[in-house]
Amino acid sequence: MSLDIETVRRIAFLARIKVADEALEPLAGELNGIIGWIEQLSKVDTDGVAPMTSVADMTLTQRQDSVTDGDCREDVLSNAPDREDAFYTVPKVIE
Amino acid sequence: MTYLVQGETGDWEVVIGLEVHAQIMSQAKLFSGAATAFGAGPNSQVSLVDAAMPGMLPVINGVCVEQAVRTGLGLNAKINLHSVFERKNYFYADLPQGYQISQYLLPVVGEGVVVLDMPDGSTREIGIERLHMEQDAGKSMHDQDPKRSYIDLNRSGVALMEIVSKPDLRSPEEAGIFVRKLRSILRYLGTCDGNMEEGSMRADVNVSVRKVGEEDYRTRAEIKNVNSVKFIQQAIEIEAERQVDMFESGGEVVQETRLMDPAKGETRSMRVKEFAHDYRYFPDPDLLPLDLTQDFIEGIKSDLPELPDEKKQRFMSEHGLSAYDAGVLVADRDTAAYFEDVAAGRDAKQAANWVTGNLFGALNTAGQSISESPISAQALGGLLDLMADDTISSRTAKDVFEIMLETGKDPAAIVEEKGLKQITDTGEIEAVIDQIISDNPDQADQVRGGNDKAIGWFVGQVMQATGGTANPGTVNGMLREKLKG
Amino acid sequence: MSANLTYLTIAEARDGLAGGDFSAVELTEAHIEAIGAAGDLNAFVTETPEIARERAAASDKRRAGGEVRGAMDGIPIVNKDLFCTKGTLTTAGSHILDGFVPTYESTVTANLIDAGSVMLGKTNMDEFAMGSSNISSYYGPVKNPWRGAGGKDLVPGGSSGGSAAAVAARIALGATGTDTGGSIRQPAAFSGIVGLKPTYGRCSRWGIVAFASSLDQAGPLTRSVRDAAIMLGAMAGHDPKDSTSAPIDVPNFEAAITGDIRGLRVGIPKEYTMDGMPAEIQALWEQGAAWLSEQGAECHEVSLPHTEYALPTYYIVAPAEASANLARYDGVRYGLRVEGDSLDAMYENTRGEGFGDEVKRRVLIGTYVLSAGYYDAYYLKAQKVRTLIAQDFSQAFEDVDVLLTPTAPSAAFAIGEKMDDPVAMYLNDVFTVPASMAGLPAISVPAGLDSGGLPLGLHMVGKPFDEETLLRAAGALETAAGFDALPPGLEA
Repeated sequence: MSLDIETVRRIAFLARIKVADEALEPLAGELNGIIGWIEQLSKVDTDGVAPMTSVADMTLTQRQDSVTDGDCREDVLSNAPDREDAFYTVPKVIE
Repeated sequence: MTYLVQGETGDWEVVIGLEVHAQIMSQAKLFSGAATAFGAGPNSQVSLVDAAMPGMLPVINGVCVEQAVRTGLGLNAKINLHSVFERKNYFYADLPQGYQISQYLLPVVGEGVVVLDMPDGSTREIGIERLHMEQDAGKSMHDQDPKRSYIDLNRSGVALMEIVSKPDLRSPEEAGIFVRKLRSILRYLGTCDGNMEEGSMRADVNVSVRKVGEEDYRTRAEIKNVNSVKFIQQAIEIEAERQVDMFESGGEVVQETRLMDPAKGETRSMRVKEFAHDYRYFPDPDLLPLDLTQDFIEGIKSDLPELPDEKKQRFMSEHGLSAYDAGVLVADRDTAAYFEDVAAGRDAKQAANWVTGNLFGALNTAGQSISESPISAQALGGLLDLMADDTISSRTAKDVFEIMLETGKDPAAIVEEKGLKQITDTGEIEAVIDQIISDNPDQADQVRGGNDKAIGWFVGQVMQATGGTANPGTVNGMLREKLKG
Repeated sequence: MSANLTYLTIAEARDGLAGGDFSAVELTEAHIEAIGAAGDLNAFVTETPEIARERAAASDKRRAGGEVRGAMDGIPIVNKDLFCTKGTLTTAGSHILDGFVPTYESTVTANLIDAGSVMLGKTNMDEFAMGSSNISSYYGPVKNPWRGAGGKDLVPGGSSGGSAAAVAARIALGATGTDTGGSIRQPAAFSGIVGLKPTYGRCSRWGIVAFASSLDQAGPLTRSVRDAAIMLGAMAGHDPKDSTSAPIDVPNFEAAITGDIRGLRVGIPKEYTMDGMPAEIQALWEQGAAWLSEQGAECHEVSLPHTEYALPTYYIVAPAEASANLARYDGVRYGLRVEGDSLDAMYENTRGEGFGDEVKRRVLIGTYVLSAGYYDAYYLKAQKVRTLIAQDFSQAFEDVDVLLTPTAPSAAFAIGEKMDDPVAMYLNDVFTVPASMAGLPAISVPAGLDSGGLPLGLHMVGKPFDEETLLRAAGALETAAGFDALPPGLEA
């Protein structure tokens, strides 16, 4: 399965990573090299094999329903590149 | 009763499915210990996990799991002992992780049924496809600043149940009944407060149309985030019309997401890039699968409260109420409890009438809920007792009721104070009757002459003379005896 | 005296501090001085001498008052810049975390602080832990204290390159690293030191910048197996804030190194003999088996049939998880923001500029293998093959207690080599990745030098949560190997 430039463009958008037009082709080449290599997995017979859900052999830990967190506005906002008082800010979204 | 859109080329049927997002009632969020209470200051209920700081990890809130199972049981649905959390990947400013932890291939609850009580007394079953747990996103505000949107992550990570109906609904009315019934069940269970104004319950409405008689479904459009029953119904009407117009003018309906604009009375397409809906779901590697035991399910089952459908059946069989009356009373758990307090040891039908008629009327006018009622169940019961032992007539009771509303006073006290006790002493009544008969010989002749309606006039006169406190039954009987022999 | 202090092992320093031979402050000052002289290595992103002095002083004060927190009390270490450290810049080797100062401490580094250790600084690393050479760091490459022919600059390995270089160069007594496909073990081998990746779930991942959630594990890089045991003991432990953290006690790992491996069953997986494997690595591997046999172990061949598929499986699973884990680096709440005229433009600009080439490649591969139409063929398939890989190991472990393999297919290579083809770089992890896929504990022990005088490591894999047997075996191997070579210029 080989990636063409349009596919790379689409994937880059899904991942929100800007790729300059002139960089698309070399990038497609690199990605194709990697994809071609990982494709050897199709040779493995996996009939009846369950996908691994976790290497950890244990059950899901659960938490009590109590408020033990939050109320730390400065901790969550202190690293924000742009903020307005108690809010994070981003370029305006038009819905 | 079939709802149809009349197009130029014929009649069209509407097919509706709802995806209801219901906020789980819990103290803390689904995967973090931050609070969930409504109305807090911006970004004050946000933990490091909710803000998706580097290195943060989710840990599931056990109560949220219980609430989801409880809801599934209340929807008569299959509980899946093995379910998996998956990441739904997309980018938006209110989604700090860049993915939402949700459930995709293996949800915690499978197929179920919701029974609708239709206005004509019949019932209709609407299928539930599934219920799964997922995180809510934060909130973005776009009107605070000309160039920037503001983000508040308080809601980010709050536990939601997504309840998906099968496409069994066929009219805006049904959709409304469904949402109200669902809301009622969730409130009974205590798993969601159903408060649509505050956003604890909202729906994505899937609408498609087809010609009457067509068996297959046509393409549907989804109207997102509708937060009132009225708007849900309006959205269905608008969208169905739009789609019929589309088809009839030779166009196609595209599978897309739309937003409802109630002010303009239209739905608008959300211009999103075609492949942006590739959510790339995969099992969340920070969590293990959710494995429940049958014992755990049984434990929750044994603790379920009596639900609306059961309660309605019981009101019909135990209290002899009609399906309609029973349905009205059980719609809200508090109302049902109020009614049962009033009806205990009393005439249930009379209790039902007074609650659904007089009390509801008064509460609606005042815009109050049953829990805010100025008349307690005990007090209303007292009023019924006063009628039952003939202390007052039903006509007087209405007046006493009004006074109870205004003053909050006990009915017996009001009757005492205002001297409203019914006169049952036949001697007293007889004296009044004799006086009125002798004062009105012409009317008396009319009655004797066969005009039964004139008796009513005499009854009125006697009631007036006694300030409404004579027992009307006794008055009537005595008048007939005296006038007709 | 100062120079000698930086040549100690953790165990020796523990004894020295206990015996009053020197203070924690003196020990720390010696290291701060050594760090100053080793700037050329570029091992650090952030040096933290003030914090170090503070913690060293606190250690001495405690000791004077009769309180010693354990073996790590007063020991100067460095932390890979993937661990969030409260109040100190944390970058994950990336431009996109410019200026990020966590308001919280990762569980593992908090455990080390509670144990009394002293942080000298945050070490350089491959960006977001993606790499085996430390070349991809925004902060520039790290130099291996070992030099190539003619003094050529060599890579220290990766992704924990800075940590490995620091320990090898004797500017820290120990270092924390993380290992996803080999990122502790491979740099340890390239740098001639010990690197231990514990069982998945042994150490908490809370507060570690996530790369691949089902694979990432914190572990120590040290100069001896005993030191690794000591440091792991301080790092490990169940954390209720991490749902994948095992609810299991931490045994006394150091006590497990008894030196007695009589009757130990050692498996030699035949599939690890690969085409083009350098003869001297094959020879060292055989030598390793002989060393163990001489001490009473029984070595025999085992088969792990799906070995050849471990690397491609890893390069589907890890990028897939990473593509989602790195979605949060979007310029909104921390780190770099490059403005744009729309939200999407801001995201694209920020991530386009903030991520380096290798990270971009892996995020794109990860996005692709999860995307509609490809999930079954790639991600789902890889997770099934992963089950088979894990099954291979559990079957083998019915007959043996540990496995012995080489750590890396070569010694350290030159900075600038292997840059043309990403896959060539990936092949560095061929021996270490299978144990990662199965979540097993594994360790690299320096075992010899290649013909160019560069260190080579031997690799051992143990049963789940059986770090004790693994450490006992590694200790015996270390004793037999007697590796005591030092990087040039560091002869004692």
